[in-house]
Amino acid sequence: MKAVLTAFVALFLWSLPAAAVQPDEMLADPTLESRAQALGKQLRCLVCQSESIEDSNADLASDLRVLVREKITEGLNDREIKDFLVERYGTYVLLNPPAQGSTLWLWLAPGILVALGGAAVVLILRRKSAAKGQGPAPLTPEEQARLAKLTGSDAGIDRNA
Amino acid sequence: MIVEFGHFALILALVVAIGQSVLPMVGAARRDVRLAAFGRQAAHAQFALLGLSFAALTYAFVTSDFSVALVVSNSHSLKPMLYKISGVWGNHEGSMLLWVLILAAFGSAVAAFGRNLPESLKSRVIGVQGMIGVGFLLFIVLTSNPFERMLPAPLDGRDLNPLLQDPGLAFHPPFLYLGYVGLSVAFSFAVAALIEGKVDAAWARWVRPWTLAAWSSLTLGIALGSWWAYYELGWGGWWFWDPVENASFMPWLAATALLHSAIVVEKRDALKSWTVLLAIIAFSLSLMGTFIVRSGVLTSVHAFAVDPERGVFILILLGIAVGGSLALYAWRAPDLQPGGLFRPISREGGLLINNLFLAVACATVLLGTLYPLIAEAVADEKISVGPPFFNATFIPLMIPLIILMAAGPMMGWKRAGISGLLHRLRAALVATAAAALVVLFVAETDAIAAALGVAAGVWVLAGVTTDLVHRCRSREGTLGAGLNRLFNLPRSVWGTALGHAGVAIVVMGITVDSLMSTDIIAAAEPGDRFELAGRTLVYEGVEPKMGPNYMSERGVISVYKGDEKIAELDPERRFYPVQGMTTTEAAIRSTVFEDLYVVIGEQDEQGRRTVRLHHNPLVPWLWFGTIIMVLGGVLSLSDRRLRVGAPIRSKKATTGKTEGGAPPAGAQPEAGD
Repeated sequence: MKAVLTAFVALFLWSLPAAAVQPDEMLADPTLESRAQALGKQLRCLVCQSESIEDSNADLASDLRVLVREKITEGLNDREIKDFLVERYGTYVLLNPPAQGSTLWLWLAPGILVALGGAAVVLILRRKSAAKGQGPAPLTPEEQARLAKLTGSDAGIDRNA
Repeated sequence: MIVEFGHFALILALVVAIGQSVLPMVGAARRDVRLAAFGRQAAHAQFALLGLSFAALTYAFVTSDFSVALVVSNSHSLKPMLYKISGVWGNHEGSMLLWVLILAAFGSAVAAFGRNLPESLKSRVIGVQGMIGVGFLLFIVLTSNPFERMLPAPLDGRDLNPLLQDPGLAFHPPFLYLGYVGLSVAFSFAVAALIEGKVDAAWARWVRPWTLAAWSSLTLGIALGSWWAYYELGWGGWWFWDPVENASFMPWLAATALLHSAIVVEKRDALKSWTVLLAIIAFSLSLMGTFIVRSGVLTSVHAFAVDPERGVFILILLGIAVGGSLALYAWRAPDLQPGGLFRPISREGGLLINNLFLAVACATVLLGTLYPLIAEAVADEKISVGPPFFNATFIPLMIPLIILMAAGPMMGWKRAGISGLLHRLRAALVATAAAALVVLFVAETDAIAAALGVAAGVWVLAGVTTDLVHRCRSREGTLGAGLNRLFNLPRSVWGTALGHAGVAIVVMGITVDSLMSTDIIAAAEPGDRFELAGRTLVYEGVEPKMGPNYMSERGVISVYKGDEKIAELDPERRFYPVQGMTTTEAAIRSTVFEDLYVVIGEQDEQGRRTVRLHHNPLVPWLWFGTIIMVLGGVLSLSDRRLRVGAPIRSKKATTGKTEGGAPPAGAQPEAGD
């Protein structure tokens, strides 16, 4: 029974995709392999939903992993490999969008937002220190009646107590 | 029959919601008590009807009623009971039903617990909740009917996606939705306040507990999703900056900012206009998250255009809700009276800076998530914005927040002194510097980044400790008196401390795991030995195993420390025949400081098996830290001062205005948050 089960399971599990980089794809040199993995993390698996080629189990990702490792073995540096892939697949392959052209604004946005927000904060603080003597809005007669009812008296309200 | 009953209850709920969205609004404007009472009853009725509807759908799943199309496509008679139930919300239609059920629950809770609210404000809040309900109920009834029958009924179902058959993912959607939808209450309060033209401390005091509850649930929901990805996807990653994750993270950032700014409104009557805007934004981002995930717009703008019915509906809904509330804001917010004054260096100032960076971080994530969609739609340009971008922009924005997190709770309201603050924090500064130096010497790679991350965590932990110690330093100076004060601190103080400490622990976990994890990936034969992080891992082989609705290969990997066997790990590869899918089940050995994480892959032609052995230091801290954060939220929620809505309360505890009137017994009055 166990043998039948083993055969059955093996039949189904054979050649099903496994996650991420496979041992047979890896480079023997650990320094080069870790370089390949670091580079692969920045490359998009083009047929996947926002996965890098290192994380994906798609066939294309596997092909690209092998390709990247081939190029590394050929002695290309990271920039050259990226340029090669961009030429082939467009900037879509880069998970880190280049800070140029239409994506330049994307990179500048956080800085611009901090600057604008910072300016707004300064303005708020200025206005706060300029607007002297403006306390909270007075209670409506309705609220005063409720307050009197709740406290049983006309006791003062110390909101900063 | 029960299924039709559920469908009928759903439609009735829509009708009730329509009444709920109109009549209490009219009642509030005309000061008509009867219409206001109708709003309350309608909120309860809508909740009851949706409860029945949801129960009917659950019944169909539990009894495997394969005449219901949704059950056919998401269930199977052999599936374990837990996943039959979680299958109810493990799909589009069911998850939307859960969404409105939670929405109605919150509406009903406002109606039940809001006895202290001014009548007109309460009516309007209930009315706005009703409007959101109408939108989503229309969406379900018109485009996503969960009760559709299928005739002839097939003999068995097509099963739930095996990746979803998992305890982490069974509970991930309910908590996430509790968070998303919980923010609807803050939104309704904001809209109601804009209509009323008044925001005051009482308002903030009402908004805070709801936001806190939503925030705690959202935190837990996001963590469950992350945890699931960690052990299920098979390579030890837990955060991918994937648009679906970002969709839940943006409301979390906005809710975090809202929690902090509402404190300023409550205590100092300042930042009112901004807080109202944040409440609107937080829920708008929740709606957008729902849209992003549910419309298919993520795969591609073009894929969205192929089946636009649902997507367009949510888009219109989003437009009405966001556009309408923002228009109302633009119209009414200038009327809000500016309140309390403060100096730049003060608690308010600190909270303002907190809000600045949280808001920019949130906007950055939003921009990064939407940019590819915009580029494709506008310029037909395909670009990717992935983890490298988010890490490069998000992490720097967190640095000022972390620096402030330790100092902020110690700053005084209105004005604070920098020198006094630094003096009080000197021990924390020393601890931080020491931790950074130790890491610099110990770390083999990425020493600077590691030192910065660990130092950030230590700084916040030390700051939290300093704050607690300072708060309970007693006049008599005895340890007993000090401890007594420590345990009698208001729960909101403990909530803040735990919330911040949780973040610190998570930050350290993230840093150390990202920089120092190691792995071995190899093709192994039984008996092969691997050295990983001072342990010897021996691959023993694989044996077959049968599950209830899957077949599996179970690997055995023994872990030795020296000659002593300390653990046996059994990673699995499961095959689900109904869906024809394989999943990997990692085996993880968690200790306080590290995870040993092993996965088996397929066999190659020579009969060798791919094994992935990961050593992930401090990953457990991600989960500890999150639990501590949630605990902080819950503790703060249970604070007496915030429990304005509790059904049973002492007669003296009242809403905002009489703050000084009823200090919690034993606690120092208003020790602050």
